[in-house]
Amino acid sequence: MMRRSAAWSWLAGLVQRPAGIGSALFILLLLVVALLGPAVLPRHPLALGDQPMLPPGGAYFLGTDDLGRSVVAELILGVRVSLAVGIVAALATTVVGLLVGAIAGYVGGLIDTVLMRIAEFFQVMPTFILAVAIIALAGPGLTRVIAVIALLSWPQTARLARGEVLRVGQLDFIAAVRSLGIPEWRILLGEVIPNAIGPVIALGMLIVGYAILLEASLGYLGLSSPAIVSWGRMLSVGQRYLFSAWWLSVFPGLAILATVLAFNLLGDALADLLSPRSTT
Amino acid sequence: MARYIGARLTWAAAMVLGIAIVAFLITHLLPGNPVDALVGDFPAPPEYVSKVRHLFGLDQPLPVQLWLYLVNMARGNLGFSFLSRQPVLSLVLARAGTTLLLMVPSLILASLIGVAMAVRAAASHGRMLDSALTAVSLIGYSIPVFWLGQILVVIFAVNLGWLPAEGIRSLREPGSGIGAVLDFLRHFALPAFCITVYYLAVVARVARSSMVEMLHQDFVLTARAKGLSERAVLWRHVLRNGLIPVITVIGYNFGYSLTGAILTETVFAWPGLGELFVTAIANRDYPVLSGIFLLAAIAVVLANLATDLLYAAVDPRVRIAAGGRA
Repeated sequence: MMRRSAAWSWLAGLVQRPAGIGSALFILLLLVVALLGPAVLPRHPLALGDQPMLPPGGAYFLGTDDLGRSVVAELILGVRVSLAVGIVAALATTVVGLLVGAIAGYVGGLIDTVLMRIAEFFQVMPTFILAVAIIALAGPGLTRVIAVIALLSWPQTARLARGEVLRVGQLDFIAAVRSLGIPEWRILLGEVIPNAIGPVIALGMLIVGYAILLEASLGYLGLSSPAIVSWGRMLSVGQRYLFSAWWLSVFPGLAILATVLAFNLLGDALADLLSPRSTT
Repeated sequence: MARYIGARLTWAAAMVLGIAIVAFLITHLLPGNPVDALVGDFPAPPEYVSKVRHLFGLDQPLPVQLWLYLVNMARGNLGFSFLSRQPVLSLVLARAGTTLLLMVPSLILASLIGVAMAVRAAASHGRMLDSALTAVSLIGYSIPVFWLGQILVVIFAVNLGWLPAEGIRSLREPGSGIGAVLDFLRHFALPAFCITVYYLAVVARVARSSMVEMLHQDFVLTARAKGLSERAVLWRHVLRNGLIPVITVIGYNFGYSLTGAILTETVFAWPGLGELFVTAIANRDYPVLSGIFLLAAIAVVLANLATDLLYAAVDPRVRIAAGGRA
């Protein structure tokens, strides 16, 4: 699998890209906040305060919402939802897409044609409308949201992975390995995929951002569980008070923008770093 | 060319059939029972429930229901809204125009701005404009479009009071003649800005890489060697060839732009498809939800088909290389 020296050279390359390393550090910070989360807050984050709709400044740094809850506390809780959905959905998407793409590219022939036609079919469907329809009819739930995102976004990964596997499969060293009599599935898993995975991982970062945006959009349309605080849901509440309480909309949106931007920047830096053209 | 068109048409028809099956399945396989939605929350006697089930054909086996659904669809019958009892097709078509009224000018604007920026950035080899393009694209991809709308409302409608926060025309003084047009434009400005930014992200990214790639092609060298001015090289040769991927991306992203329109409409209460969609979500209006999905997906297939055909018309290599998919 991945050799240590390769991992080090990735890291070294990332350090040379300020946007990449900056966004990686920011994401690390978000992960820490998500893990520690409520533990560092002075009181239970969803405790109802004495005064609803307090503007920022004063006792509550970013103000309070319509139920008197601290906006800061809600933002911190929201990190968990956004990161969990974004990362798990991207992971699932990448695994499915990588497997489908690798099989299509490596086996070729009829299987390749059929798999790529299915991918094309899924790519044509208006993902967001279908996701909303499914969640609206089946009911909210984070697992469901993750499943829907993975179900609808694997084709892009599959196409990329297929192209990479096709490219790597033609390289000389694969022929050399094959002449040693190693079974095909082990060549695919042990040699081809590890050498084809770079751009797929970079795309995975962009999918994290996309998944966070999609989850937020669902929350904004009121399609998230009322029991869970998420940034999208906060914006849905904010919409009702747009004329009286701007802080209910401004801060959760900034949080989404910063988080998604960080993943997109990291994805771009990784793509730059891991694309075959730049490494050889 | 005829063979290419035939192959694309067959594939498009297969896609529409597949999409119809998906639209059928989401309403018939997912948990949540349409009969509950029809009968309401009030505990209904079992006889009544079975009567409703029979009336709507829900007691038939699934394949039979699918067949009936497809036959009805072919006749233009997409069912009736549970909420308003209106035919779904006419509900959707009535709103589609209002959505397009918002979408199309924004898309054209975004394409023009994106391409113009890309050509100038490619021309100047300039860091500034190039960085600006990258930034626009990154932010456009990262910003929740509905939040952008909310911020615009807070700034321009609530605080400055320059523009209306919602709707498509003033209810009190809609005006007439040129006044009505101005009134419409005032309502149009903010949502159109949102969709333009949302879409500029896509166009800017593709246009930038396409124009830069074109600059390094041999024909550009030839054009320069012929002694053409840099301006002529750029706007005639680079732009024309660099536009092809841009057109493709605009056509292929019809579904993406529809998503942006739906979310933007929700912020500004623009009376288009988005509003119909959100009302249908709130009321679990199955036929309307699957109808919007179906028609949106068919629109995407048609947009892709048109793009492919346009592409083949512009670029002969495509139709020569292609028995089927280019």
